[in-house]
Amino acid sequence: MMDTTRKPFLGLGVERRYRLIYKPVVLLAGLLPLAWMTCALFGWLGFSAGVDPVKFLELENGKTALNLILLTLIITPVRQLAGLPHLVRLRRMAGLLAFFYAVLHFTVYVVLDLDLNWRMVGADIIKRPYITVGFAALLLLVPLAVTSTNRMMRYLGRRWSRLHRLIYLIAALGVWHFYWQEKIDVREPLIYALILAILLGYRVARSAWLRRLLASLRSDPCDGSPRRA
Amino acid sequence: MALRIPRVIPSQITPPETYLNRRAFLAGAFGAGAAATLGSAAAAVIPAQAGAALGYRYDAAESVDALVHAPDQNEKPNTWEQITNYNNYYEFGVGKTDPAEYAGELQTRPWNVAVAGEAEVTGSFPLEAFMKPYALEERIYRFRCVEAWSMVIPWVGFPLAQMLKRFKPTSRAKYVAFETLYRPSQMPGQREPILQWPYREGLRIDEAMNPLAFMVVGLYGRVLPNQSGAPLRLIVPWKYGFKSIKAIVRIVFTETQPETTWSQAASGEYGFYANVNPDVPHPRWSQATERRIGNPFFHERQATLLFNGYANEVASLYKGMSLHRYF
Repeated sequence: MMDTTRKPFLGLGVERRYRLIYKPVVLLAGLLPLAWMTCALFGWLGFSAGVDPVKFLELENGKTALNLILLTLIITPVRQLAGLPHLVRLRRMAGLLAFFYAVLHFTVYVVLDLDLNWRMVGADIIKRPYITVGFAALLLLVPLAVTSTNRMMRYLGRRWSRLHRLIYLIAALGVWHFYWQEKIDVREPLIYALILAILLGYRVARSAWLRRLLASLRSDPCDGSPRRA
Repeated sequence: MALRIPRVIPSQITPPETYLNRRAFLAGAFGAGAAATLGSAAAAVIPAQAGAALGYRYDAAESVDALVHAPDQNEKPNTWEQITNYNNYYEFGVGKTDPAEYAGELQTRPWNVAVAGEAEVTGSFPLEAFMKPYALEERIYRFRCVEAWSMVIPWVGFPLAQMLKRFKPTSRAKYVAFETLYRPSQMPGQREPILQWPYREGLRIDEAMNPLAFMVVGLYGRVLPNQSGAPLRLIVPWKYGFKSIKAIVRIVFTETQPETTWSQAASGEYGFYANVNPDVPHPRWSQATERRIGNPFFHERQATLLFNGYANEVASLYKGMSLHRYF
């Protein structure tokens, strides 16, 4: 694998490249859906939210959140397969943007869809399984967002990565929520489910492969240690 | 059955220009001369043309002003823009704007309606001949989708009962079934196996004979645009929108309950009756309230009414029936 991190780019080291270029670019790209939705809502630049802007905002915020959650899960395979270890520095940004859109999605649902009728919100969360599932995903995102700072990472140490494995569950709940609200045409949620299955399958396959590799190294007779009978 | 006195008259809601031209339009809209313009989504008001010769009667004085079913005074009809750009019409795609985008391709002339089954008069009728005997009237109805949104829509058409009686259904005709056109070349959604095509719907004969059940050929005093179900669709205002089948090509009187598309697709979620009922939730969501399209932000939700507010007119059809069981 070629080490791309040493090559100077615009005279910047990898640290500053991420801090000054890549992260701001990801942030701006991540805010594009918000800009687009805002334009659509107000009919700016020829965009339109259509006849039912509430449904439009609900759906687009939800899908953007889900897209960003999947993006956080693509980072690890890409950095491993493409040899770009520093890519992980962009994951927090993607994760926080996902949380941002998930909160917007929920806010549109509570404020615009249900007109701030909290009794109905409560009834929906308890009685409507697809909303229960979506709400659970949102709640689980909160601890991840709260513990996303450098200080929290240091404080939690090894527990941090264990906690953040919740993202696998959150992604599954999110896709399930998307699938379950469809009236009949589930093709789009199934595409999301397929992508998620590939991303999670990659991790399972890789850890199985690493375990086998480790086991074979341990039992390798060439390392001079006596083999157990 | 006495029809309610209108509280909203069409002159209050239709653009004056359109309103003044209604008779002219309705006299000529279904004539051969107007055929060329029928496919256009813009659907400008069509002046009286050769069609008048076909003899479509539009007794405005009586029909419109006396027979309008206006919902509550506070309920304003939705705009043409809203009604024709937010459609569930899977024959043209599952997106709400797909029908507005793709339905223009559909050729609605020539159009034949086949009538079959338990009736004395059966056969295949060209639309013009099929429509000829009826005086058109305007009715402003609530429209409630099973997805829990709603609109108020000024339809133009004639009572379904009038039409059905003309075919002299026999005593064995307990139900009437309807079928949508199947033409994948012009209905791109039919190339996808999302539903079992062609779309099928049905009513019990006494439901079909209820004066509220309405055959629609126009909207806002204009020819019905393709995305709204042109050239001929059903409107059953006390039932969820999916009962109100579009682009009808076949009507069959049957002795047994006909298969209907949505109950075939998901029988646990969509029944044959599909009466609007706030107390019978969809298995996955509540039907207690609805969002009225076009209402201002923060005031979109409103309570859903039993039989969509038409209980006085239709509740007697279901006396002694469990509305939970026969959902």
